[in-house]
Amino acid sequence: MAKIVVDVMLKPEILDPQGQAVGAALPRLGFTFATSVRQGKRFEIEIDGEATDAILAEVSKAAETLLANPVIENFSVRVEK
Amino acid sequence: MKIGVVTFPGSLDDRDAARAVRAVGAEAVALWHGDSDLHGVDAVILPGGFSYGDYLRCGAISRFAPVMSSIIEKAKSGLPVLGICNGFQVLCESHLLPGALTRNHALHFLCSDQTLKIENNSTAWTSDYQAGQEIVIPLKNGEGSFQCDDSTLARLEGEGLVVARYVGEDPNGSRNLIAGITNERGNIVGLMPHPEHAIDPLTGPSADGLGFFTSIISQMVSK
Repeated sequence: MAKIVVDVMLKPEILDPQGQAVGAALPRLGFTFATSVRQGKRFEIEIDGEATDAILAEVSKAAETLLANPVIENFSVRVEK
Repeated sequence: MKIGVVTFPGSLDDRDAARAVRAVGAEAVALWHGDSDLHGVDAVILPGGFSYGDYLRCGAISRFAPVMSSIIEKAKSGLPVLGICNGFQVLCESHLLPGALTRNHALHFLCSDQTLKIENNSTAWTSDYQAGQEIVIPLKNGEGSFQCDDSTLARLEGEGLVVARYVGEDPNGSRNLIAGITNERGNIVGLMPHPEHAIDPLTGPSADGLGFFTSIISQMVSK
């Protein structure tokens, strides 16, 4: 069994009001380290057997088709050790 | 004339859309998301609501419903399709229209009477309006901010594909105050505000929304 992680983030040029709201809340709680916050999605996908290149290619296709909207989002696919 | 109104799990405004269709003398045909048969309709309305609970992204899951594969295919060959609110989101997710709808810039769910300016009255759904006409219809959504890249925006503006624009204060952060767009052929229109809620002054802010529904009848009759 392997776990494949797909991270989806809004493209840098797309306004992220949710991330901005989180970024504005942090200093109110005394956390002053952040200059910017952007919020994304993480999908954890479990499969039987090894995460072969063929399976990762299929996951990428699924990410491009459904998990992410390539008009406004970027995604990355990786195998979690 | 038969106009189909699609119901997805979580659609809200299918009944009002069907009522608007009947108000202009057409037959409203209920189309079910799981049925790829369009039952011979002459046009289709994708109504507002929260299909599939807005899970993943608004419209992202509905886009793969059996009924959508038929609609996408026929829309590409000219079937008139109007997507309102969630329906607009479904059209963008289906890549029938460019761009995407994202969270309102102030994060609030909006529900108000909104003034719009009709920019393009040569589409299948706006021909009964005057270009430049201002109308007041309800706007109610959480994710209505129209976003696209600079080249898409330039193309939409350059080719006159912006159907309607918000007038007055920017409600949701949409690029160039875009409230609705169309495709090159003018048969597919996506609109964030709700004309189907403004067909009778008794139940809406005006009857200004009727024009979307009378327009499609005029288009069909003239063919």
